[in-house]
Amino acid sequence: MREIKEYTAGEDLIIKTSVRLLVPFIQLFGLYVIVHGHYSPGGGFQGGVLLGASFILLALAYNIKTSQEYLSIGVNALFSNLGPAIFIGVGVLCTVFGGLFLDYSALDLLIPLGPVEWRSFGIFLIEVGVGLAVMNIMVLLYWNLSSGGNMDEGL
Amino acid sequence: MEIFIDEVVAKYNYWIYVVLMMIGFYAMIGKRNLVKKLLGMNIFQTSIILFFVSTGVKKGGSIPIVDKYAGLAGTIDASTIDNPLPHVLMLTAIVVGVSVTGVALAVLQRIYKEYGTLEEDEILEKTQR
Amino acid sequence: MKALALLATLMTGALLLYGTRDFPAWGDPQSPASSYLSPVYIEQAVQQTHVPNLVTAVLGDYRGYDTMFETVVIYCAGMAVVSVLRRNREE
Repeated sequence: MREIKEYTAGEDLIIKTSVRLLVPFIQLFGLYVIVHGHYSPGGGFQGGVLLGASFILLALAYNIKTSQEYLSIGVNALFSNLGPAIFIGVGVLCTVFGGLFLDYSALDLLIPLGPVEWRSFGIFLIEVGVGLAVMNIMVLLYWNLSSGGNMDEGL
Repeated sequence: MEIFIDEVVAKYNYWIYVVLMMIGFYAMIGKRNLVKKLLGMNIFQTSIILFFVSTGVKKGGSIPIVDKYAGLAGTIDASTIDNPLPHVLMLTAIVVGVSVTGVALAVLQRIYKEYGTLEEDEILEKTQR
Repeated sequence: MKALALLATLMTGALLLYGTRDFPAWGDPQSPASSYLSPVYIEQAVQQTHVPNLVTAVLGDYRGYDTMFETVVIYCAGMAVVSVLRRNREE
């Protein structure tokens, strides 16, 4: 194994401070892009990538350990499993209530909103699942690729 | 000759995508470095994504986000809104491309750990020894 | 070897450019890609789903199966990277 570099990444005060100030706004914008995907450009994929990019920015400016204080490995693994599970769970729930797979209007039996409103709300549910999956898989890819699988040092 | 020029001007977008695709294809088959091959694959993919998105364009059309009340009243003219279908397909293709790039980088890291190089011919020498 | 690669690239490019002769012009509203399925989406998606963003409506509802397996694809990519690279600290 090659020698790990001596210096620690992102020692600069300007970078650290600006990233610390910027990350909450990036995450807020990511949540906005996910929940406002029905009315403006956006949706689960784009918002998920924004949320993941905020944690990757933390890991770039500080190190991987700092980003793991905000999003621990266990929570990351849980959410990256939970995202596809929400998506497939909504689809299965539709078949349980008598519709076709991913036919959200069947969920009207569960909470009577009206079949058309349920199709709108079902899209929101699966967008949340997609957003969770994309965010956590992006962070997982960065952690593993940048540290060679150690999940501690990073670039 | 004039017919040829008219043809090119009417379809100049396809020329851009074909040139981009040729750059990516040459990097995939002509280069010896595995990282350069991966970059070539990404350029190739970008050209295909641009091609698909351009098939949905209508001259004078607006983005595929419509007025909700006009939509409920059923008064939307389909020729004034861009085709949403290529956008959807390419949205998924971009994310799949990111996944493919991630897996490829992981495999490249393992190859580098195993052989100490990313040059194709050096790896072939070491495997045949 | 490089000359062969260049030749193959140029031949592929020439073949594709020859193929564009049959393609519709840039921005043609009557192109085949925009004339059969997409007018139905554009005209009826808002009435059927109450979602003004047609891309979201098609992505989440009409093509939900596609999107589901696409989520599964990125999940598989994450799991593949973990299984290729991840090492436990004790080893």
